[in-house]
This record gives sequence, C-alpha cells and structure tokens, in this order.
Amino acid sequence: MVTIEPTTGNSVAMPNGARIVVPGALAACRALLGRDFVLAWRRRGELFLPLLYAVIVAALFPFALGPDPRLLQRIAGGVLLVIVVLAMLPALESMFRADLEDGTLEQWLLAPQPLALLALARVMAHWLTTVLPLIVVMPLLGALLNLPAIVLPVLLLALLLATPLLVLLGAVLSALTAGARRSGILLALMLLPLAVPVVIFAAGAIAAAQSGLPYLAPLAWLAAALVLAIVLAPLACAAALRIAVES
Amino acid sequence: MDSQVRYSENASLHAMNPSSTPAAPLLSVHRLAFSRNDEPVFGPLDFSLDRGETLLVEGDNGSGKTTLLRVLAGMLPASDGEIRFAGATATRDNRNGRALLLGHRPGMNESLSARENLVFLAGLYGTRSGTTVASAMQRVGIAAWLDEPLNTLSAGQKKRVGLARLLLLPGEVWLLDEPYANLDRHGIELVNALIAEHCACGGAALVTSHGAVRFADPGARHVHLTT
Repeated sequence: MVTIEPTTGNSVAMPNGARIVVPGALAACRALLGRDFVLAWRRRGELFLPLLYAVIVAALFPFALGPDPRLLQRIAGGVLLVIVVLAMLPALESMFRADLEDGTLEQWLLAPQPLALLALARVMAHWLTTVLPLIVVMPLLGALLNLPAIVLPVLLLALLLATPLLVLLGAVLSALTAGARRSGILLALMLLPLAVPVVIFAAGAIAAAQSGLPYLAPLAWLAAALVLAIVLAPLACAAALRIAVES
Repeated sequence: MDSQVRYSENASLHAMNPSSTPAAPLLSVHRLAFSRNDEPVFGPLDFSLDRGETLLVEGDNGSGKTTLLRVLAGMLPASDGEIRFAGATATRDNRNGRALLLGHRPGMNESLSARENLVFLAGLYGTRSGTTVASAMQRVGIAAWLDEPLNTLSAGQKKRVGLARLLLLPGEVWLLDEPYANLDRHGIELVNALIAEHCACGGAALVTSHGAVRFADPGARHVHLTT
C-alpha cells in the first residue's frame, strides 16, 4: 500500500491542458516534518515540560533512596528507562488531536498521498521533537544517578530502539482515541500492556551490560519489533484516522 | 428522498479544451445514497458535473448537504451507489487530489501563519502552474496577513485563506460547503468570481447553500435535498 517514490512525483493531467506534478512521497514527508518542526518551535515551552519532569525525577531519586553510590549504580539504568517512558506518555495523547479538530486531517485524507505515509512522518516528527531531547539529556541524568560509564551506550542504544517503538504503538492508540474526550487515561491504560514487553527487553539489555554479559540479543529483539512496527503501525494508524474523520 | 436535477441551457457552454475526449463527465454520481445507522440521510441521487459546470446543492438544515460533500470527497463511505471521477470509479485511494473540500473547519492550524499552512498543503497536493502562495493570498485580498498566525485573523479572513487554498492547489472539482458563510458582500462576490474563473479554465464546482444566497450563475443546475 505504501510505496516510497522518488521525489519527482507523478503528474496528473489538468483540465486546461497543463500537467500538474503531484509531490512525491518524500517531498510530502518533508513538508509535514517542516510544518511540525515550526509548530513545535512555536510551542517550545510545552516541549520543555517532559524534559523538566525527567530531570526533576532523576534528581529526587538519590534524595529519596539515600546517597548510597552502589545502590544508585544498580538501579540507575532501570530508573532512567522508566523515567523516559513516563515522560513521553502525556504527549502521545495529543498526537492527532489538534489536526482532527481543525480539519487538517480531512486535508490529509483528500491529499494525493498515502495516509499511512503521512502518519509515519507525523510519528517521526513527534519522536524527533518530544522524545529525542529526553535521550540527549540521558548522559547528564546518568551522571546524577551514578550510572556506570560502560552501561550508558547500551542505555542510549536501547532507548533509541525502544522509544520509536513506543511512539509508533502510541500513535495507533492516539489515532483510535483522537475523537474521544479526555482520552489520556484511556490511552495510558491501553498502552501499558503494549509497553511492558518493550520495557522488559530494554531493561534486559541494560541489566546484561551492567553485569558484563552479552546484551546484543535483547537489543536485536527490540530492533526486530521496531522494524515490524514501522511497517504495520502506520497502516493501523491510517485506518484509525479514517474512522476518526468519519465520525 | 427525491432529487430533482434541473438542466440549464448553458451548462456546457464554458467547457474548455475541446481537444479532450468529451466522453466522461468530470464527476458523475449514480444512485448515490448514504445512511447513518440505517437512517437514510440522502439519496438515491443521480447527477453529473461536466468541466465548466457549477452545481448548487440546496436543502434545509440537516438535509444532508455536508454529508453529500463528505461522501463525494471520500471521507465517508457511500451506503449505496457509485461515484465516478472522469469515468473511473472512485475508490478510497484513487481520488488523487482531484477534489478539494472547503468545509466548516478551516483545515489549517491556528498557530501557524497562512503562508506556513499553505506551503504545507502545497507540499502534499502540489500547486497550480503559475500560482504561488503570495499570488493566491493577493487574489483573495489578504496578502497583508500572509505571515500573521491564523488565530489573530477574523472568521471572514480565515475563510479567505481557505479560498486562497482552493486557488493554490490543483484540484479540479471544488466541493464548497457553505462558502458564503462569514463573508461580507465583497467576499460573496469574490467567491462567485473565483468559481467562475475556476469553471472557465475547465474545473467544476459543487456548492452547498441553505438557500439564502445570491448565486452568481443563474443558469447553474440545482440538486435539491429534502429531509
């Protein structure tokens, strides 16, 4: 259903004899990413909140547990993983909400572009604007929690695989609940069972790295699941968005 | 559920491009019906729209005008019947930007400026040859608000940005849902002029109205929806 074409696009005959070049899939993705980045920049205060949340939680943990470096070292990887998952959760709800309300989604549907592709571009924009900053500050938060230096690369790699996966899963649920009022708690409840395996594999890799064991297998599982989700989640997302626009 | 179609004398006078095969009308609808929860909303309808034609969809509030446009745009699946664009049966995925919808919702983000919104939509749909974002905004008379966020514009100005979208994007069939709402007298004349221009270069338009409007082309055909 989704075919990535070269940016030249296909041309459509127009009534007055002219031929109109419909933008190719990549050009459409670029347009959507550009728009979402501008919008994110306008609302950069909102984007700052998850980051602030992550920093505060990571800073409070040593105070709550006591300043035992070995204890912190043992739990740091798992704590950071959970912090990222929780910090990215609230923003998932509104991934398609504004576009449904102002009618932009109707324009997506009418556009000569595959809806699944636009959904995938939206997921990418969402991940880049709301989740990537969280991963960027991870080394700092790792230092706060005394994370061992050898574990940090594995944590970052696990996050780079696990968070896009979670955003893809969240996008499907967000599209399903876009029409519903106060869907935040519903989305969290629905995402929880889907997020558990992702967290387990990511934590498995971190724990293995921490005890000096091979950590590649759980990361490979995450990567496989991510590839599967990149293919399937946009299709499910598109179907859910059609339902949301219909109602 | 009757549907009467009144054919006018000048229906095909504007049709341009005589070189193209006159075979299939741009949009034709055969026994099109839509029901919501087994409750018929409109139809069955039969009408066709050639290049250069304008069709006025009339009906009282709740008679299904907006629903008809949404079905034609492919946002709602028809319960029965068939829609053809230039002879080819329209499915969910082959409309290819042929239809442009101007609905009640602006289809634009209020935090972005008209330019940012239009550039984005042009990235999805492409643009008409010879038209730019600036020239489209100039034509609808709000070039000065090109870079203001939409939430600082009045309802009528937002409507005009919607008209600029129609001018910029290369759709052939305009589906205009109450295009006169929120517009002043000049705005109404502008809408009529834009429809006439669009039809003169081979497009077609379907316009809904609840009746209280001075429609430009007195010879335009009507589809009347009844509740």
